[in-house]
Formats: sequence, structure tokens, C-alpha cells
Amino acid sequence: MRYSALSVFLNGLRGNKGWGPAWRSPQPKPHYDVVIVGGGGHGLATAYYLAKEFGITNVAVVEKGYIGSGNVGRNTTIIRSNYLLQGNNPFYELSMKLWEGLEQDFNFNAMVSQRGVVNLYHSDAQRDAYTRRGNAMRLHGVDADLLDREQISAMLPFLDFDNARFPIQGGLMQKRGGTVRHDAVAWGYARGADMRGVDIIQDCEVTGIRRENGVVTGVETTKGFIGCGKLALAAAGNSSRVAEMAGMKLPLESHVLQAFVSEGLKPFIDCVVTFGAGHFYCSQSDKGGLVFGGDIDGYNSYAQRGNLATVEHVAEAGKAMIPGLSRVRVLRSWGGIMDMSMDGSPIIDRTHIDNLYLNSGWCYGGFKATPASGFCFAHLIARNTPQETATAFRLDRFARGFMLDEKGQGAQPNLH
Amino acid sequence: MASLVSCPHCGSRPKEEFTVKGAALKRPAPDAGQERWMDYVYLRDNPRGAYDEYWHHTSGCRRWLVVTRDTATHEIAASRDAALDVPETRA
Repeated sequence: MRYSALSVFLNGLRGNKGWGPAWRSPQPKPHYDVVIVGGGGHGLATAYYLAKEFGITNVAVVEKGYIGSGNVGRNTTIIRSNYLLQGNNPFYELSMKLWEGLEQDFNFNAMVSQRGVVNLYHSDAQRDAYTRRGNAMRLHGVDADLLDREQISAMLPFLDFDNARFPIQGGLMQKRGGTVRHDAVAWGYARGADMRGVDIIQDCEVTGIRRENGVVTGVETTKGFIGCGKLALAAAGNSSRVAEMAGMKLPLESHVLQAFVSEGLKPFIDCVVTFGAGHFYCSQSDKGGLVFGGDIDGYNSYAQRGNLATVEHVAEAGKAMIPGLSRVRVLRSWGGIMDMSMDGSPIIDRTHIDNLYLNSGWCYGGFKATPASGFCFAHLIARNTPQETATAFRLDRFARGFMLDEKGQGAQPNLH
Repeated sequence: MASLVSCPHCGSRPKEEFTVKGAALKRPAPDAGQERWMDYVYLRDNPRGAYDEYWHHTSGCRRWLVVTRDTATHEIAASRDAALDVPETRA
């Protein structure tokens, strides 16, 4: 069924009894052209674009939990393309352009809201760095505006401008950035892929990768063996474990990143605002709750829950930026497992096995990249060559010395 | 993450006193070859389960420790002074 205002109206007249499930729950077939491991945002987007743009519809997405149970439902819903480096910027801008047309494209309300993302700066040096970044963005055709203290003050008067240690001097604004309802992204891609014939197989954990004569022939799962022509891994925080089944050791560590929602408040933050002197980013949801997050906890973790010390740290950073937060109560928090790479940038590449493809290393930034990641991964799987904006995300860049280190931290994943 | 980390010098201490460095890997010899060094600098086992890590007792005895910790349950099985226990390479 195509969703529209008319379908909502007509179903309303019939007591809303006409709605069916948005996707099927099929049993796995013995063989698919492409099997995608991981039914998160990236896996589902890959299946969607494989079917829609590249005409490959005999595809299965295998997910060990349920759709939306992983990082696609565990982030702070921010989208932006304010990247500095040449290898990153065009890719994230492709993602932003796909976000802009996404709801019409997959016929699902994902509540894409381009409310603006502003990064605050607190020193002359930081202003210079943001000026450079803004110029790099504009040279790539991305919007960027450097705002001074007065302009920020007019937008967000409640910030602590005269903080003794970190006074706010201004900010770098990307007006096209914003937020998206993250669950709807998973559901929209799942529905769109399913409509085009993709099998989404939930509660089906991959336990092994079968190889014969140097190529992958299929995956062992908790629902039996599933054969495939090509195997695509998009397992996020569990990438290392899945890749190990194919004899690979990846340049990744798995870390927990927490996110938080406060009690509902009257509207007062109408954009996404980030603290430049500590790791804190915040927006206000349509229900009124503040959605915010900070740094990863810092130690390797596969547990989808975080530590109280980090909660405290995030709260302190938030209060340093918005003193009024001291009276706000946190409603809930959760943790997702990030595949932190050695240079802070992702990997979309072929592997040493001809028909095995890898999508991983998204660090903090996986959600905003969802559409482009799916599109570029589908391109790679279908055509065997990287999409033109994703040529830098090679697996062998570490050995060749072509790191994409946006933050300049070196091979220390918990610092990216 | 466990609330307490056992330090061989100070006993059981709050985890906030410690700073994590990451995987406890044995540094290769300078002439070990490019592949070996690539493995050491960039590649990680990243297991779900027991893992040897360097932790620094920053707010205590300031010694570097090798802590064996489970990355899924966060239970700490053992800790020893890094100077006494250089772990074997997990290649």
C-alpha cells in the first residue's frame, strides 16, 4: 500500500482496520544473490538501494535481533555534512542530499527536520579552525555560516556566554543539518526493501561463514544454512566478530556510546547545538525532551549499557554550556556499540575474498551516513567498483598510509 | 564497567581512579617488518569476552597495570603490574 494523506483519511473512515504489517516475516530461502549481515540502518539501506537503484532484488537481510534494535535506534538522530577532509566531505554531502529527498523516495514519514546544526567555538584558535572547516565545506558546495557571539546570542540566549573558563565567542552553522526520526529510517528502508522483494529475516543470528575454493558460499545461521552469491557485512559494533568468521582481523575496536533523553520541556532549542570545549551535543525532540550525548565511555565494550561516570561527565559538560540544565531531570539513557576505527573514518570496501564485502568503522557518525552508506555499499556490491564519493574508505588505507583522520588523533580508537 | 578495579599495589579501588589505554599488545622489534608493525599499530582482535588491557592507576599508585577484563560482562578476572607481566602477542 502506498502511504498518503488520502490513505490515512480513508483508513480513518474504516476505523483504521485496513493497515497491514509494513514488511513480511519470511522464512529464509535456500539461496540468495546477495545476503546482507546486519539489519540496522546501513544494512536495510543497502538492501533498499540494491533493489531500487541496481535492480538486484533476490536479497536477504539477516538480523540477529529485531529491526531497529541496534544503533539505528540508539543514536541522537543528528544529520550533518560539516566535514573538513576531501575524502569525507563529498560522501556526507551525498548523504545529506539523499536525506533531503528520502521521505518522497521511500514513501515514509521520517520527520526529516533541517533545523540547523551549530558548533560553538570558545577561543580564537577554535574560530580559526572552524573558519577553515567552513571554507572547506563551501569549496565542496556545502552550506556553512560563521556566526559571531551576537548572532548566537540572538538564537540561543540561554547559553553560558560568559563562562569563566570557556566563554562562547561564536559558532559554525550548517543550516541544512538537523534531525531525523531514527526508528522511521529503519522502518522506511525495511518497508521499501520488502516491497521490492527483499527478505528481511529477523531473530536470525549468523554463526559461521562457509567458504569453498576461496569464495563464500553462504552463512550458517540459527535458522539454518543460507547460500549466497555475494555476502555483505554491515554488522556495526559486531563487525570484528563476523569478520573473524571469514578469517579477517579488522582495524576496529567496539566501544559503548551513551545517549540521553530528558523530561519534556517547553520548546527552547530549535536547532542542534554542540559544545566546543567538551563533548556535548543537544537538540529538542518534537515531544519536548532534550536529546543529548557526549563521549564514548573509553573502554572496549560489547554491553549495550554505559557507565555512571560518563553520565556524570556528560551532565557536567551540558551544564557548562546551558546552566539551566541543572534543574532538568533525565528520563532515560541507553548505550550502543560503536565500531570505532583506527582513524575515525569508515570502511566500505571489498576484502581478500572475492565475493565478500565490508561496511564498518562508522564510529560516532553512522546515523547521518545511513543513506549514502547504503547507496555506496549497494554500488560496490552491484558493480564491484566504489561509488565516486566513497573511494577513500578503503580497508588497506592503514597499510598504505592514507589515513582519513578528521580529528588528527592517530591510531587510538577511543579518542576519535 | 565494573565499579571496582583491583590494583596489585593498592587493593580494590573505584574505577574512576584509573585511566584506560587500550589493548595490551607486545611491541614488536624495530626490525620486525612492515606486516608485523601494521598488525601491532592498526589491527585488533576486539573480542567479545576476556581481553588484556593497559590501565593506568592515575589517581593512586600511578603504576601501569595489565587488567584482564570481560568486554561483555565487564568482570575483571585479574590485574598485575605491567612491568612484571608483558603479555604474549595476540597475533
